[in-house]
Amino acid sequence: MTGILKKIAQIDFGLMSPEDIRKMSVTRIITPDTYDEDGYPIENGLMDPRLGVIDPSLKCKTCGSKGGDCQGHFGHINFARPVIHVGFADVIHKILRSTCNTCGRVLLSEDKIEEYRAKFKLMMENEESLTGIIKEVYDEARVDTCPHCGEEQEVISIDKPVSIVQGDYKLTPSEVREKLERITDSDALILGVNAELNEFEQRVARPEWMILTVLPVPPVTVRPSITLETGERSEDDLTHKLVDILRINQRLKENMGAGAPQLIVEDLWELLQYHVTTYFDNEASGVPPARHRSGRPLKTLAQRLKGKEGRFRSNLSGKRVNFSARTVISPDPNISINEVGVPEIIATEVTVPAKVTEWNLKEMQEYINNGPNKHPGANYLIRPDGRKIRISEEIKETVAENLETNFLEYQEKGGTGSYIVERHLKDGDIVLFNRQPSLHRMSMMAHEVRVLPYKTFRLNLCVCPPYNADFDGDEMNMHVFQTEESRAEAKSLMRVQEHILSPRFGGPIIGAIHDHISGAYLLTRKQATFTEDQVFQILKKAKIPLPDKTGELWTGKKLFSTILPDDLNMVYHAEICRKCDECKQKECEYEAYVTIENGELTNGVIDEKAYGAFSGKILDHIVKEYSTDKAREFLDYSTKLAVSGIMKAGITTSLNDEEIPDEAKERIAANLNKAIEKVDQLAEAYKEGFLEALPGRSLEETLEMRIMQVLGEARDKSGAIAESFFSMEENHSVVMANTGARASMLNLTQITACVGQQAVRGGRIYRGYNNRTLPHFEKGELGAKAHGFVYSSYKEGLDPIEFFFHAMGGREGLVDTAIRTAQSGYMQRRLVNALQDLNVKSDGRVTDNRGFIIQTQFGEDSVDPAKSDYGNIVDLNKLVDEIRLKGK
Amino acid sequence: MKKDILKHELVPEHVILSEQKDVKKVLTELNIRKDQLPKINSDDPVIKAIEAEVGDVIKITRKSDTAGKFVTYRVVQQN
Repeated sequence: MTGILKKIAQIDFGLMSPEDIRKMSVTRIITPDTYDEDGYPIENGLMDPRLGVIDPSLKCKTCGSKGGDCQGHFGHINFARPVIHVGFADVIHKILRSTCNTCGRVLLSEDKIEEYRAKFKLMMENEESLTGIIKEVYDEARVDTCPHCGEEQEVISIDKPVSIVQGDYKLTPSEVREKLERITDSDALILGVNAELNEFEQRVARPEWMILTVLPVPPVTVRPSITLETGERSEDDLTHKLVDILRINQRLKENMGAGAPQLIVEDLWELLQYHVTTYFDNEASGVPPARHRSGRPLKTLAQRLKGKEGRFRSNLSGKRVNFSARTVISPDPNISINEVGVPEIIATEVTVPAKVTEWNLKEMQEYINNGPNKHPGANYLIRPDGRKIRISEEIKETVAENLETNFLEYQEKGGTGSYIVERHLKDGDIVLFNRQPSLHRMSMMAHEVRVLPYKTFRLNLCVCPPYNADFDGDEMNMHVFQTEESRAEAKSLMRVQEHILSPRFGGPIIGAIHDHISGAYLLTRKQATFTEDQVFQILKKAKIPLPDKTGELWTGKKLFSTILPDDLNMVYHAEICRKCDECKQKECEYEAYVTIENGELTNGVIDEKAYGAFSGKILDHIVKEYSTDKAREFLDYSTKLAVSGIMKAGITTSLNDEEIPDEAKERIAANLNKAIEKVDQLAEAYKEGFLEALPGRSLEETLEMRIMQVLGEARDKSGAIAESFFSMEENHSVVMANTGARASMLNLTQITACVGQQAVRGGRIYRGYNNRTLPHFEKGELGAKAHGFVYSSYKEGLDPIEFFFHAMGGREGLVDTAIRTAQSGYMQRRLVNALQDLNVKSDGRVTDNRGFIIQTQFGEDSVDPAKSDYGNIVDLNKLVDEIRLKGK
Repeated sequence: MKKDILKHELVPEHVILSEQKDVKKVLTELNIRKDQLPKINSDDPVIKAIEAEVGDVIKITRKSDTAGKFVTYRVVQQN
């Protein structure tokens, strides 16, 4: 790159004057046609060769550079009559309303004008936003008589989108322009138009420049025509629109010259205004959108920029990138959490640039020899002069051969450049892996590549929670780092193991899920014993070093202890803890009291609380007290053990798991009937006036609350009865619910005992007919069943009324989630836009991009929550315990 | 019936720093210019109550959920 470096001191944003437009124009466009019969662009037409070239074989008539290098040049169209610019119609209206219809001064007293001018100057100097004060001027200048010439003011209104009406007379754009011309430069300032000369003696805006007398014609590079396979030319939407404008402009000019009646001229003028309006914005309110012959609305200037698919959001804030891949994901419990399985077809497509050195020359030659189709191969060779050679099957051998001689020769000469081989992705490369929506930083993590057969990305199940991924067809993206710096940075900051702890709550977000958890429970509970052969098989499969043979029977606890650090000491309550009034601790019959002594699991079972995502205590402890390396190792091993455990024990679930004896069913029915009776009693008491209101509640609210409470208790009680017949021994549904693997006890009791109250808007169901939910009930009935209490269980089946209420509740749930995601998505977007430039400096200061202080200390305590202990710098209790242990 | 807003429990402690030594110390400590500090309007009720002038640096000691107590600084600006 050569050239002079200059620093931009300031940028003026303003309007373009007609002179500016003509000055930058290379040609005046007259002919409303593009190409002649021979396919050559017409001079002074919309495709005039002076507007620039696209074809790389042609030279630009204006700048002389080749197509591709020439960025194009503007032309212009002279309008026969001026036209209002849609984008400014609103501003024009506001300005005219704030100025005198006769003398053109702002409708404020001389003193007021001066006062405002001073204020504007001050605010401009302070770089403050002027929108508020401009609005203030507009509001204040709405008076009936002009303070300068004393003239009565006629009301000026706007008829969307572009008609300015004074009284009942519609002003022509020429008249509007005349009015705007009368506004003095100094008055214009407080109307929001900076018309004064700047320090370079240039004017950046004048009110009348909002009326177009000349239209810039964008270069052909902005509106390229495409040639279809049939050889037919298809023009860009903008070109179509410009053709329309030119045609009408031409007709208007001819009619005016021929002295046509006023009416005809005005009609044509209106038509020109329509075309110019839709040229700028084809979705302006009040104008029918201009359409293509096929009936498709044209995509004009505003449509190119606006919205999610517009230039800003789709091409500038976000771009398509090279060296990326996307495919369906599927699980692989055999790879590490740090890894990602990459299909071979992707690995041969995306590449890593590798510099050729003396030491890897042979390896690089091998890659080139493999060519672009065989896996560890290469696709391109970049020579020191920057030339890129595509390695094909035909030339791969010669390229590989020449590389050695050329490289050595180049080195001999002392060349400073380097040969770069774009080699295939191979095992151990670092890549970035991402699943949308990328809501937090764990949505993009660095993984190590494992090239695998088939066509899906493979990932370890423990990383599903941070990505919020499942395998029902989810797709994910992969990006390959192209520089050493990025690889190094990603490896130290973005690797999966560095994100086991979430910055949201300072605990693990990566961890065991589903079968890992039920598996670990089945492995470590009391009755689980294994023969030495079985143990060795399990350990071998998990790639854990084998212990010496003893010939004894192993317990699952001992098996699990092999992967715990030798100096680990912990005590906690497992997920299956029943929270008894008095804890029996080590004698707990449920094995819910977990003790780990010097790396030996002596008591309790392993479940969600031990190493599950979001709540794993052992995992949390290992990350914080040992290292992320140890934690990754622990997760990789423990999940493999759990899977082996589940395979040895076997797990299955069916509706039989939700079966309870008749005796239980009777007790549940009795319990529910009692509750329903109680609801009736409450209703009765309310009707008789015996019910007493709770403090701060109306009588009706009190009744509702009491009923909800009674029915809630009834369901819980029924659930408890059903639960008492469930056992953790044989019932795998219960194992899964209690260990935290999947589902909850509530789900099971709803299947077995009673579904319970259905709610809409957080309360019992009251909507439907007048004073009743369904015609099956009496008006004003307050009973349980009439307002959505589902007495049945899912297993028994719901009766039609219950089913209807259940559908009402279910519908609300679905609608709520749909609304919530949309709302939180937009909220996130606004937050990101507001916060994206904030910066934490090395001394803990938080600043914005202008260097202004936001916070003198990050988070007021300089704590990185992802490195904290559940939000705190240290857990003092834990620390004291440890010191005590060491003292012993 | 005018209340002393400075005594309200939700109003943190505001103290005007002396221009010479305190302000300089704070600015060198944070390694910034005065205009980079967060602003507070001169018509802010607390600013009026403690009679601070435009350009004064105010030391604010407020309760913090994370740190317990937190000290920050704001410079009074003409609104």
